[in-house]
Amino acid sequence: MQILVCVKRVPAPGARINVTEDGQGVDAAHLGFTTSPHEECAVEEAVRITEARGGEVTVLTLGPPEAEEQLRYAASVGAHRLVLIPIEDVDWDPQRTAAALTEAIGGLEAADGAFDLILFGNESADAGGFQVGVRVAHVLDRPIVNGIKSIEVGENTLSARREIDGGFEVYELPMPAALGVKEGINLPRYPTMKGRLASKKAEVGEVAVDTPDGGQTRLRLYRPEEQVSETVILGTGPDAAGAVVDLFEELGVLP
Amino acid sequence: MSLLVLCDHDRGTLAEASLEALTFGRDLAGRLDVSWGAVLIGSGADQAVGHLAAYGVGTVHLATHELLTDYGPEAWGETLAQLVLSTDTTAVTACGTDRGNEVLAQAAARLDEPFVANCLEVRPGDGSWSATRVQWGGSLLEDVTVDAGVHLFSVAHHAQDATPDSAVGAGTVTPFSPDLDASLARSVVADRVVRTHGITLTTAPVVVGGGRGVGSAEGFGALEELAGVLGGVVGCSRAVTNNGWRPHSDQVGQTGTRIAPDLYIANGISGAIQHWVGAMASKNILAVNTDPEANMVVKAGYAVIGDLHQVVPAITEEIRRRRS
Repeated sequence: MQILVCVKRVPAPGARINVTEDGQGVDAAHLGFTTSPHEECAVEEAVRITEARGGEVTVLTLGPPEAEEQLRYAASVGAHRLVLIPIEDVDWDPQRTAAALTEAIGGLEAADGAFDLILFGNESADAGGFQVGVRVAHVLDRPIVNGIKSIEVGENTLSARREIDGGFEVYELPMPAALGVKEGINLPRYPTMKGRLASKKAEVGEVAVDTPDGGQTRLRLYRPEEQVSETVILGTGPDAAGAVVDLFEELGVLP
Repeated sequence: MSLLVLCDHDRGTLAEASLEALTFGRDLAGRLDVSWGAVLIGSGADQAVGHLAAYGVGTVHLATHELLTDYGPEAWGETLAQLVLSTDTTAVTACGTDRGNEVLAQAAARLDEPFVANCLEVRPGDGSWSATRVQWGGSLLEDVTVDAGVHLFSVAHHAQDATPDSAVGAGTVTPFSPDLDASLARSVVADRVVRTHGITLTTAPVVVGGGRGVGSAEGFGALEELAGVLGGVVGCSRAVTNNGWRPHSDQVGQTGTRIAPDLYIANGISGAIQHWVGAMASKNILAVNTDPEANMVVKAGYAVIGDLHQVVPAITEEIRRRRS
């Protein structure tokens, strides 16, 4: 099975996220970078499927040259092929990103045949546009469902589960298909030493695309005003239980 | 010109979040001085019509088709796109839930228009519009300009109170029959699995959360007990699911469930951004933590400084004592 996973390099969020002076991006001076969490799980899922059924996992990202780190990380946990669409800007808008990925995927498929499955993260941890995968799948005429927490691969079909309040919806999709995966579908493995070493030598293919801007343009990023709330300390240790239950009564939360 | 509000429903039960979108859309239509209507898609949707008039809805576009037996992102998105094209629609909104964002993304892809997800504010203009949207689940805001023929945007969930209109709308149903290709059936819900009956993280009035400080899977026993006496459910932070102490379905946070209970009790949770954005819509937060400087303690309305392993059983005991 040929699986493509689209990932995004994002700052690893700490307790506080700061913005650069020009308001165009996150100040990453004191942050590390990582693969957006839903997508890290998508890579793991793809690797597990190919381990069980054979095939290859290709990982594609659009990002700065440094996004090569996230591709190599994917290789260290089992991805076979790495492709980078290098960009110089901070971030491309969702339509432009989707058009670029679509073009790159078209090129990869023209050379080596169609992917049976394309995985996206449900949404990126940073920009959270909730649309890139849907746009790509639409242009490529693949069915896509987001929010997927479980995938079972059949002969020519996929059975995918989406979590809803109190249960799951089950989708039966014909392949080739695309899915938007959510964290929790699996617990991603850590790279082995052997995997790390191999990933350093892995080849990173580059695809140059230039697609026009979409209709959404960033003016600035900023932190919301902090809600300054004075925390009421109800007490220290188990002796505070009386005050806590008084509060519950006041709030009317005791059944 | 008109504005459409997509209302989500599950086999006829209107999603509460849709009421937030109706409130937002009604206000925006007022500022734009255009007519507006609600959109309901699929079989069973007619059962939800009755709830809309109180929110001032004059027209309900009720879309039905033999393919629309249940929810399907492609079929719903195509239906919405066709409705936009067959009416003189200038803007479409929905609540920024999983489904709301998914259907608007599908419609935007089909209309080849921008889609701005999770807005707090939308400002129409003569040429471009502008909007303020949330990033990082709400820990950053982004101002954007939007150049579009049709403006599609979702409203960040829990950012807008749902308020009925001062005047009840007519709620007149206008049937709509989309022309759907049979291939769209490929992504319609095929089956359902019910996992829990009763209250869940999103419906519970009280959520008792545990973080790294709980220390083990067994440590959650005391939290389960407290949740039991409060008629609530247990939630957890990402550190907990990463350690395998609780299933991911219990995770509260940016990549887990967003909760908005009357009371959230955060036990041994440091309050990293990832967790905070999933919990911040709670009406009241009580943090229990040994560290008075913990982010969760600083941001909570109420706090107890102490070891949760002693504090939580003491609270449960106190509730039982007062009841007996």
